[in-house]
Amino acid sequence: MTRTSLVFLALLAALLAAPFFVYPVLMMKVLCLALFACAFNLLLGFTGLLSFGHAAFLGTAAYSTGYAMTHLPVTPEVALILGTLAAAALGVVFGALAIRRQGIYFAMITLALAQMVYFFCLQVPFTGGEDGLQGVPRGALFGILDLRDDMMMYYFVLAVFLAGSLLIYRTIHSPFGQVLKAIRENEPRALSLGYDVDRYKLVAFVLSAALAGLAGATKTLVLGFATLTDVHWATSGEVVLMTLVGGVGTVLGPIAGAVIIVVLQNELADKVGSWVTVIMGTIFVVTVLAFRRGVVGEIAARFGGK
Amino acid sequence: MELLGIPVQALLGQLLLGLVNGSFYAMLSLGLAVIFGLLNIINFAHGALYMMGAYAAWIGLTYFGIGYWESLLLAPLILGAFGMLIERALLQWLYKLDHLYGLLLTFGLALIIEGAYRHFFGVSGQPYPVPEQLSGATDLGFMMLPNYRAWVVAASLMVCMATWFVIERTRLGAYLRAGTENPRLVQAFGINVPLMVTLTYGFGAALAAFAGVLAAPVIQVSPLMGSNLIIVVFAVVVVGGMGSILGSIATGLGLGVIEGFTKVFYPEASATVIFVIMALVLLIRPAGLFGREK
Repeated sequence: MTRTSLVFLALLAALLAAPFFVYPVLMMKVLCLALFACAFNLLLGFTGLLSFGHAAFLGTAAYSTGYAMTHLPVTPEVALILGTLAAAALGVVFGALAIRRQGIYFAMITLALAQMVYFFCLQVPFTGGEDGLQGVPRGALFGILDLRDDMMMYYFVLAVFLAGSLLIYRTIHSPFGQVLKAIRENEPRALSLGYDVDRYKLVAFVLSAALAGLAGATKTLVLGFATLTDVHWATSGEVVLMTLVGGVGTVLGPIAGAVIIVVLQNELADKVGSWVTVIMGTIFVVTVLAFRRGVVGEIAARFGGK
Repeated sequence: MELLGIPVQALLGQLLLGLVNGSFYAMLSLGLAVIFGLLNIINFAHGALYMMGAYAAWIGLTYFGIGYWESLLLAPLILGAFGMLIERALLQWLYKLDHLYGLLLTFGLALIIEGAYRHFFGVSGQPYPVPEQLSGATDLGFMMLPNYRAWVVAASLMVCMATWFVIERTRLGAYLRAGTENPRLVQAFGINVPLMVTLTYGFGAALAAFAGVLAAPVIQVSPLMGSNLIIVVFAVVVVGGMGSILGSIATGLGLGVIEGFTKVFYPEASATVIFVIMALVLLIRPAGLFGREK
């Protein structure tokens, strides 16, 4: 058995046992944001596209799922799918626009488009404006399993997380993923080899948007609300930070980053108040200057693991 | 007197307000373009520097009794120096890396600055009085022209045109443009490129601070004023492209005016109209109105 699969197995065992030792809601939040970061990393780490507007997908799905659960007679899994589809649809539009420019412009365009979504959510009636959607019920999975029980909910979230991660893992190790890496390394070369680069980028973008949406939809079910924070640019920045701290372009990096950032925010929130933003900013600056490989990247470089 | 069912006075008032906003877009996108040209960094902290400029004026007046006109000179100097410090301490280590790291680092900087200001000054806006000499309005016959707003547009146009003149028509500007094209060759000719880079970032910061001081009496001075603006300015930059200085200025002013008119005809869309225009421009002319594909 290789070292990599040992790491994965240990991680899986830890995740299965976690709710007996850690507050399940915190664990679920970590899992949702970890999936969000993994989805983001699919773009930045494996396609070389820096999206600064991923909050739009998280938030759109969060609102859609919240709306479906409160206003439509649907079960949670249907609401999740609706949210994911909404994010994917938005991903098609944003992706088609943003891939028309490269590099730094791509980041600015995604940020601007996401800000448009923010204002949209601020103004339309069905998002609840400044209050957001509150009191979203968790419902019963397939109409049978009551998700109000935190343990039940945890294993459902874990299943969603594992399914999402597995999809990402399969994608980056598929021939499709190899083409994405080729585009990341050298776009003109990939183009000259005959790959329809724009199309590959768009598919990767939509996939990333959909998975970010899945994360947002699940988060709404867990916490029972969707607010403007979900679509705010600060959330887009947070997912960049998680991925960067964990290790851009590594499989486990975004998960590690999500754990670090969520736990840090959770610990700091009531102790330092508004300094949290300053601390996050400092982590950003330090990571970019001195620590660009991230936690997992550093470990992999030290111990030679893949 | 009415036009399209809207009183002309209201229409011209919004036009002027649009021009005021457009002046800020123009000054900030100009600074972004100049910095990007030489440093290859998109300065996310630009909004934070603009906010710091406004606060410099507010702090000066509230705690030290420094008036508006002194602030208009002092704030750009202080923040220009601060910008040069940032460039020397942080940004200079990034030039050999992917452009994206510059964006990420300056984003982190913006978070630090905004968070610190929020801690010290709270999130609520602080009023800043219009300077005496410019208070009141002039009756133009067909409309009342608020003096201060007219001054904002005039002052920012002057600064933008002066920047254009320096970059396009002077020797220093020629070095700068050459540095943008090929820094190594310029260095080989014996020009101190690192110094030029530091000064350029300092100049960009000073320009943002100048805009901040100009903005202080028009809007409430608040720690959040920068981040709200910078994202719109990014869209402006995407629309205009960063290739041309006059293009940046024209795009900034134009989009400000369009935004102003949207407030009259369809207020719900006024917050998003610039982003919509950005999307349209991307569809029709991906390189931006004045951009060149590199």
